[in-house]
Amino acid sequence: MFDFLDLQRYDLFGAFWVTAQLAVFSAIGSLVWGTILAGMRVSPVPLMRVFGTAYVNIVRNTPLTVIILFTSLGLFQTLGIAMGGESFKETNFRLAVLGLTAYTAAFVCEALRSGINTVPVGQAEAARALGLSFTQVLRLVVLPQAFRSVIAPLANVLIALTKNTTVAAAIGVAEAALLMKRMIENEAQVFLIGGIFALGFILLTLPTGLLLGWVSKRVAVKR
Amino acid sequence: MSNLSVLYDAPGPKAKARNILYTVLFLVVFVAVLWWALAAMADKGQLDANKWSPFVTDSRVWTTFLLPALGNTLKAAALSIVIALPLGAILGIGRLSDHRWVRIPCGAVVEFFRAIPVLLLMLFASALYVQFTDISSELRPLYAVVTGLVLYNASVIAEVVRSGILSLPRGQTDAAQAIGMRKGQAMTHVLLPQSVTAMLPALVSQLVVVVKDTALGGVMLNFEELLRSVRTISANYGANTIAAFTVVALIFIVLNFLLTSAATWLERRIRRGKRTTGAVVTIDPTDAMEADQLGRPAIKTKQPSTPDEQGRLDG
Repeated sequence: MFDFLDLQRYDLFGAFWVTAQLAVFSAIGSLVWGTILAGMRVSPVPLMRVFGTAYVNIVRNTPLTVIILFTSLGLFQTLGIAMGGESFKETNFRLAVLGLTAYTAAFVCEALRSGINTVPVGQAEAARALGLSFTQVLRLVVLPQAFRSVIAPLANVLIALTKNTTVAAAIGVAEAALLMKRMIENEAQVFLIGGIFALGFILLTLPTGLLLGWVSKRVAVKR
Repeated sequence: MSNLSVLYDAPGPKAKARNILYTVLFLVVFVAVLWWALAAMADKGQLDANKWSPFVTDSRVWTTFLLPALGNTLKAAALSIVIALPLGAILGIGRLSDHRWVRIPCGAVVEFFRAIPVLLLMLFASALYVQFTDISSELRPLYAVVTGLVLYNASVIAEVVRSGILSLPRGQTDAAQAIGMRKGQAMTHVLLPQSVTAMLPALVSQLVVVVKDTALGGVMLNFEELLRSVRTISANYGANTIAAFTVVALIFIVLNFLLTSAATWLERRIRRGKRTTGAVVTIDPTDAMEADQLGRPAIKTKQPSTPDEQGRLDG
């Protein structure tokens, strides 16, 4: 029954490994870029606030597929930006990470901003009363508390990101969805193949959700 | 903390000077990046007037490529939401059933389809149609895209419906039972009509997710939708990839921005209204990414009562 599962021909674990790598690299990238964006959105400099708001609103309303496809067709094939990748494989992977990061950062920014909203006003007032500057208020008082309260929303973002890595198949990154497309076109056992890939994604997302749900309860600021 | 200006003091002369400095620095960096991007585009001839002018001068770009493609995008999105709505309502109500044999399967279906990338669902549906039906190959992409979107979005809508019904005061069910209604009657005559208003904004913002996801079908299943028209346009109008991408992205952004604005407007209006409970089901901004957490309702209900909450939502 499982004859079709020729692991020599279909590198199932390799594909899910690429999916996991895409998710991890994009998660790190979008956390950094999303935090910077959130900082801009609450900063005292009006121009930065405008930029942050515009970025989030534009990116949130653009399909991820458009962004990912643009990195390949637009950035790479038209403008020749290869992100230092030496082979097609490497370039496409990096472009996919770039696209996923640019997209996910908007959602990280929104999650962080709602986290900043949960920090009581008194905290920032007290920090300012001590004479801390804006960056100090943000870095030492507000963001540490905000991060702790947004672990659950960020876990949602991470799970969505894991699912969204499948879009990288659109530019030929050899991850799970692309392998599934190839297998499902060549083999007859549609239900089994679908089941295997569904299980793979459930195995990737379920532990993330449970673990981060547990962490968010542990670190939540008790008020 | 809704008024974010509590994060910094009112600027004095020094802070004002510093803010101006930061503004200038930021502008310099921004302009440098923009300049670099434009220079790279000009270098490859992507800024040439003849690459961009067809979108203004040649109406055929719109009538042969963009508008039919936009029509297909809208058709797939509309079909998906129309089919997903009743399915989602059934699943959501099923999850609230008193009978375990209804509640558990409905819950399992909802959690399963929410955990799987919508692209896998589309690919799977397409393969199913190839193998078990004789749908013509022109229609198959549309069927596959709609099937994938319906399966995923029905399960999201099920959660919206469930939290919408749960947002109603307990007294509504009690009162319905007290005047002798059966459970089904209470649901169709009392609970559902009231919760629809609370659900409306969340349903409209789910439309944004649906519209965005149709683009997947264009790339992976050759469904003739808006994003796919980038290739056909750049093939017909001298490799104007960047211009075509810009126009297509703009159409998506404007369309989704209108939908988002409609959702926000609806939410404000309902929150203000006196005839409803004022509760609004919202999909967390992070969930609009199309994500939800397994095992935990990602969709929250906002009750209007607490002043803190009201202040926060304006932010």
